[in-house]
Amino acid sequence: MGVEGIGASVLRKEDRRFITGRGRYVDDMTVPGMKYAAFVRSPHAHARIKGIDAAAAKAMPGVIDVLEGSQLKADGIGNLICGWAVNSKDGSPMKMGAWPALAFETVRHVGQAVAVVVADTKAQARDAAEAVEIDYEVLPAVVEGPAALQDGAPQLHPEAPGNLVFDWEIGDAKATEEAFGRAAHVTKLDIVNNRLVPNPMEPRAALGVYDPAEEHYTVWTTSQNPHVARLVMSAFYNVAPEHKLRVIAPDVGGGFGSKIYIYPEEIVCLWASRKTGVPVKWTSDRTEAFLTDAHGRDHTTHVEAAFDADNKIIGMKVDTVANLGAYMSLFSSATPTYLYATLLSGQYDIPAIYANVKAVYTNTVPVDAYRGAGRPEATYVVERTMETAARELGVSPAELRRKNFIRSFPHQTPVIMCYDAGDFEASLDAGMKAADVSGFEGRRAEAQSRGKLRGLGMSCYIEACGIAPSKAVGSLGAGVGLWESAEVRVNPVGTIEILTGSHSHGQGHETTFAQLVSERFGLPVDNVQVIHGDTDKVQFGMGTYGSRSGAVGMSAIVKALDKVEAKAKKIAAHLLEAAEGDIVIENGEVKVAGTDRKLGWHEVALNAYTGHKLPDGMEPGLKEGAFYDPQNFTFPAGCYICEVEVDPDTGKTEIVQFVAADDFGRVINPLIVHGQVHGGLAQGIGQALLEGTRYDESGQLITASYMDYAMPRAWDLPMFTVSTTETLSPSNPLGMKGCGEAGAIGSPPAVINAITDAIGNNDLTMPATPEKVWRAIHAA
Amino acid sequence: MYQTEYKRAGSLDEAAQLVAASGGEGKYVSGGMTLIPTMKQRLASPSLLVDLRHVEGHKGIAVSGQTVTIKGGTTHAEIAASEELKGVAPGFAGLAQLIGDPAVRHMGTIGGSVANFDPAADYPAALLAMEATILTDKREVAASDFFLGLFETALDENEIVTGVRFEAPESSAYEKFRNPASRYAMCGVFVAKRGEGKVGVGVTGAGASGAFRWAEAESALSGRFDVSALDGLAVDEGEMISDLHGSSAYRANLVKVVAKRAAKKAGASGGPEVSGPKTPGGDAP
Repeated sequence: MGVEGIGASVLRKEDRRFITGRGRYVDDMTVPGMKYAAFVRSPHAHARIKGIDAAAAKAMPGVIDVLEGSQLKADGIGNLICGWAVNSKDGSPMKMGAWPALAFETVRHVGQAVAVVVADTKAQARDAAEAVEIDYEVLPAVVEGPAALQDGAPQLHPEAPGNLVFDWEIGDAKATEEAFGRAAHVTKLDIVNNRLVPNPMEPRAALGVYDPAEEHYTVWTTSQNPHVARLVMSAFYNVAPEHKLRVIAPDVGGGFGSKIYIYPEEIVCLWASRKTGVPVKWTSDRTEAFLTDAHGRDHTTHVEAAFDADNKIIGMKVDTVANLGAYMSLFSSATPTYLYATLLSGQYDIPAIYANVKAVYTNTVPVDAYRGAGRPEATYVVERTMETAARELGVSPAELRRKNFIRSFPHQTPVIMCYDAGDFEASLDAGMKAADVSGFEGRRAEAQSRGKLRGLGMSCYIEACGIAPSKAVGSLGAGVGLWESAEVRVNPVGTIEILTGSHSHGQGHETTFAQLVSERFGLPVDNVQVIHGDTDKVQFGMGTYGSRSGAVGMSAIVKALDKVEAKAKKIAAHLLEAAEGDIVIENGEVKVAGTDRKLGWHEVALNAYTGHKLPDGMEPGLKEGAFYDPQNFTFPAGCYICEVEVDPDTGKTEIVQFVAADDFGRVINPLIVHGQVHGGLAQGIGQALLEGTRYDESGQLITASYMDYAMPRAWDLPMFTVSTTETLSPSNPLGMKGCGEAGAIGSPPAVINAITDAIGNNDLTMPATPEKVWRAIHAA
Repeated sequence: MYQTEYKRAGSLDEAAQLVAASGGEGKYVSGGMTLIPTMKQRLASPSLLVDLRHVEGHKGIAVSGQTVTIKGGTTHAEIAASEELKGVAPGFAGLAQLIGDPAVRHMGTIGGSVANFDPAADYPAALLAMEATILTDKREVAASDFFLGLFETALDENEIVTGVRFEAPESSAYEKFRNPASRYAMCGVFVAKRGEGKVGVGVTGAGASGAFRWAEAESALSGRFDVSALDGLAVDEGEMISDLHGSSAYRANLVKVVAKRAAKKAGASGGPEVSGPKTPGGDAP
């Protein structure tokens, strides 16, 4: 490798513009004649709309128009959809309620858009939005998943009786019951995986522009997957034909999943631009973000694990209620099923697993994939269970895990996934060494002398990334294929452009993707430009989520680079009058191996474009594309060890050490990988200690600002100890597994296991706020 | 934010005239750390903002003997950094250093905080414990007569807080337990050991009626300046705030725990040493 190739901690190219305030986000975009949208939103969690009176608003200064849902419907704009079909265990399809971009009959969560004002200024639009009078008949609301399933609960959608979206199962119920029948020990736990608000730094925004001359639409939007947005907006929402719609996602300031989905606002901005004849921009404020960005998690679970007399786990039963909120968001059905229950085997050889998941509607913000998407929920179930079982069985949590690790690969779990490679013991050993687990009891005693309760907890997670093989996800109900595409364009002067269907929302693609070129041809990363986020520039792509841009997106680039390399060698062989097999490319030079005959890379490139001396029959140019569809998911895994000190007087938890020993397969840029782990850990620790989304009984979100929703800050976190091992994935050419979500997946159970160890009470829910911990100490 | 008008006053008189002429719709703004966010959320809509930050002579810290006078327009950062103040009342300067974050400390002022009397504001705990005097453009009011209830003070309409004055205690300290979300005080206690064995204990963030003096703790510590003097004492749960961050029972517990720590920090005898956890293999760089 060169100094900027694979494995080099190259500083992120994009950071220069980000940290000097020169990033360009949707809200930075302006076009001539641009006007502003403000949405009229429901103040009620559940209500029937009896009438909308926009007359006063329309007469206000600067107001161009006020548009309503009935107009949207009359124009043939389709309802929002869920793109992953999941069937109930009786074979019936999921029950999807109608979700119009602007509600005109019923509102089902606080914040749902009912009308939109377009005005000359943002302030005028907001003033007028407050003047739109809506006559609501307030209906009873339900906010908790299990409560929504009870008899007599308020009913949200006529399509879904009992608020039940689906009643899904996976695994072998009979084999699992049989295992429990011969169990020597059964561990049981009730678990709540708390609802989270994503809170990307950049709020969502959309700028819709309709050009009547070409009957063409452009939307700048905060999207992790602009091509999917174009496909869905054209094929399902009828906003514009696909070939007449350009979707541009410029710099995107974080997403964590919440910017995968196509929301009402971008649909409405495009439609409103056509209706009003002016470009229409909307930028979410933070309150709107709390009330409309898809939330994450919100599972209520009962788990039981059966162990034989030798402490081998022989069966697991899981019963989960997944709260999907008021509507089915784009991938909401997949998150609590195929992205969750398929990981319930964890790192362990469990012969029998059965899981039942009931997905329910409630009068809350729709829930969808959020950093980890199902895998954090699965890891929390498995790793809280293993730790609890170890305590009940009186054995060390590490040894119980070690005894039950999967040790031969490939390993077919009872829940679809086939793990292709891994070395779980290596991560466990690395983690325990880094955390100095053997010295823990001494540290606990020392803390006790200071009046503090010290605890240690671990979590051995596994997750599925690189989502993934199109055939596989298609057979499981996905409405799209999950391959990725790339194009590598060598310019006549030898500089290179990579066009990718992945799209960075903070991951550093402009750097890591360029490192592949540096590795291949020995060119500096500054000679490489990564182009993404624009459907007019990039061929097609599925976007960035599920830690797929490395394993899938970069694999497509590798395939395209293979083709470029092959053609460049043919050209060079012809120019140098050598055999193709003797040509090597390194340090920006194209050489005949074992001789001093060589060309500069730029000379080969220029020749490809002049076409003066190409082999007979060769097309000019040096540009190749590739699509890549992997054979399997990848399986990042690792061991996280958290050490805490709890103040028994206040219940406040301080994380004094956090060790992450991850196996991400091949690491391209350690600096970026460590950064991803740090960010993921902050989010996971945030979930464990701080972030609790709370609704009151009437369905008002009472944690709708940073005054009440606790985001993790630097001082809540310790210095992290991060290391990686590299067991290569056999499923892609680079052996990568993915690192974007691991931190958020693996850390919550480690934190809670540590606190419960410290306080001697296992009955503790996330977020473990000081008062909860204080009460648990005094209840123990 | 609704449309509003902004004016910069050159003097306190001018400021008062401008607000008086606004027909009840005008407001003074100092650092704006509460008012501006409230306006941005469209929860307040003053037609006029009169900025006090540029009034001449409205800023500064004077120490004369043990008497400390801080003008209303002085920022938290200026209070925290004042060497003169740290010399006589380090506990008070330390309190200012714990307010908000650096941006808040450089914008927010003591006058604004005192006039607003947020139930979680830090200064009132200290001003009550030290029996400080609140200075206005019309009069001087004892702190205990000034702070009346939630966001309620003795200020008349359009009256301006021009500063505070207090006798520096022999020793003092502030301890704060932060709300995990807002980082405001969920409970903050200022303990001031004043002359003649008198100890003041001011509590903020916990009381349902705003900051208060904890009389029992004051008399216990005045009798014996030892942390154990607080053993067996308790504040009335019924008078504590209860919200999604903490029940009144939890806050009542915090008052006692935080009071003990503040007393220890202020030099009281007894109680455990306060020290941080040890990181395996030494502290991180």
